[in-house]
Amino acid sequence: MDLVALLAIQVLYAIASLALISVGLAIIFGMMKVINLAHGEFLMLGGYAAIEANRYGINIWIAMLVVAPLVVGAIGAIVERTIIRWLYGRMIDTMLATWGLSLFLVGLTTAVFGNTTVGLSAPLGSFEIGSYRVSAYTLFVIAVAFVTLGGVLAMLRFTRLGLVARGAMQNANMAAALGVNPNRVYSVTFAAGAALTGLAGGVLAPVSGVFPTIGVAYVAKSFITVIGGGAAIVTGTATASALFGAVNQLATYATTPVFGEVALLAAAIVLIRLLPQGITGRFFRRSL
Amino acid sequence: MILEVSQLAAGYGRIPILSGVTFEVAEGEFVGVLGHNGMGKTTLMRALMGYLPATAGRVAFAGADMTRAEPYLRARAGMGYVPQGREIFPGLSVLDNLRMGAVARSAPEGPAIEAALAEFPRLKRLMGRPGGALSGGEQQLLALARCLVGRPKLILLDEPTEGIQPSIIDEMVETLLRLRERGGLTMILVEQNLEFIAALSQRVLIIQKGAIVRTARPDELHDHGLIHEFIGVDD
Repeated sequence: MDLVALLAIQVLYAIASLALISVGLAIIFGMMKVINLAHGEFLMLGGYAAIEANRYGINIWIAMLVVAPLVVGAIGAIVERTIIRWLYGRMIDTMLATWGLSLFLVGLTTAVFGNTTVGLSAPLGSFEIGSYRVSAYTLFVIAVAFVTLGGVLAMLRFTRLGLVARGAMQNANMAAALGVNPNRVYSVTFAAGAALTGLAGGVLAPVSGVFPTIGVAYVAKSFITVIGGGAAIVTGTATASALFGAVNQLATYATTPVFGEVALLAAAIVLIRLLPQGITGRFFRRSL
Repeated sequence: MILEVSQLAAGYGRIPILSGVTFEVAEGEFVGVLGHNGMGKTTLMRALMGYLPATAGRVAFAGADMTRAEPYLRARAGMGYVPQGREIFPGLSVLDNLRMGAVARSAPEGPAIEAALAEFPRLKRLMGRPGGALSGGEQQLLALARCLVGRPKLILLDEPTEGIQPSIIDEMVETLLRLRERGGLTMILVEQNLEFIAALSQRVLIIQKGAIVRTARPDELHDHGLIHEFIGVDD
């Protein structure tokens, strides 16, 4: 029974971490159709922002939950204004530009922070389930993922900003004819996606540590989750994370972490083969 | 004059479509635009709304120069646009489509939506349905209602009867006539449906090869010779 509870927590954690690292990309890709190959580096920057802020004496919770998203959101706004805005509708050009940005950010952080892993101590202790010890921070990450997805859903469904964003993303020209400034919507959306990515980087920094090339570990899983989820940003991210996170963790438990990763990739291939439009292309089609 | 267009030229890339377009529209006036297919009617509407940059000439709306203004700035100034093909937001509910008409301009949402629904009561029972699930006629009514929610001073209405069933066309005529009689709204109406344009317009501009070549009275649209020469269809 204890083992089942432990395994359930680990599966939930795998789902939550996938959802966290993917939701920002889902917003940027799902709403703007921009393939941001620097997504992994935005995560990395969120981690560094949290670690550096904490090093300069800022409370660790504020560093992770406030500073990291603010810093990466601001970087996202600058990137949108200086690079992405000129490339809307040019998918290949956007990919090349964000790939270049990714290389630049890796080089810049290596020059500034060095090619070593830095980390934060998890700010919560552990608790026992029978004879097993579980980090309480695991539960915190799960909670952050739920709150983040719920917050994005609420913002899209219940706020004027969410309505305008959904309208502009469906038909930017028509939204403009109704008085919406599309450039402002794009800018806010990109910055919001980047901020959520920064939040994920900050929250996961105590778990994984941070180093300049850590984005590579994140970016493939994020894209797989977003593509597997389909067009609905929140429901797609949640369902794909649930599927891939569960497959990954259960396979890891049954075999090894390496086979867990292989199982995740195999599940993604099967899913895309069966559901080319992703989960929400077939199910929950009216969801957000 | 609420709209003054002077020597306007516009086109797609290097292909000029409009040249030397000059006309004025008085406040409260309903003006029709007629012409053969491909003569520049929709291009004129797109240029007036700012989707196509003017390569020459001037567009002034309510006394302000709008020649270089982005579409959203023209909308905020009081220009409304109901494009050919309706372009409702297919994934948004009817209510959210209507809300889009209000939120973008920070107009009070509830009263504006209620007022628009009073003009198009057929939409009331469809509020929760996605815009993309409506029939073509219902989408057209929704596009008009959405535009009205923004309380525009001028509406650019492009081919509203295209592919629409007659009962809904009649409903549109009734509603637009009511709005015309109530005053305060100006409209430029592009149409190929002669009955529709004759019923609503107080003046008809005839466009040929990207230029306004003649102004006609609505009753002149029964003149077979004129129709054949400038529009290419018999009424």
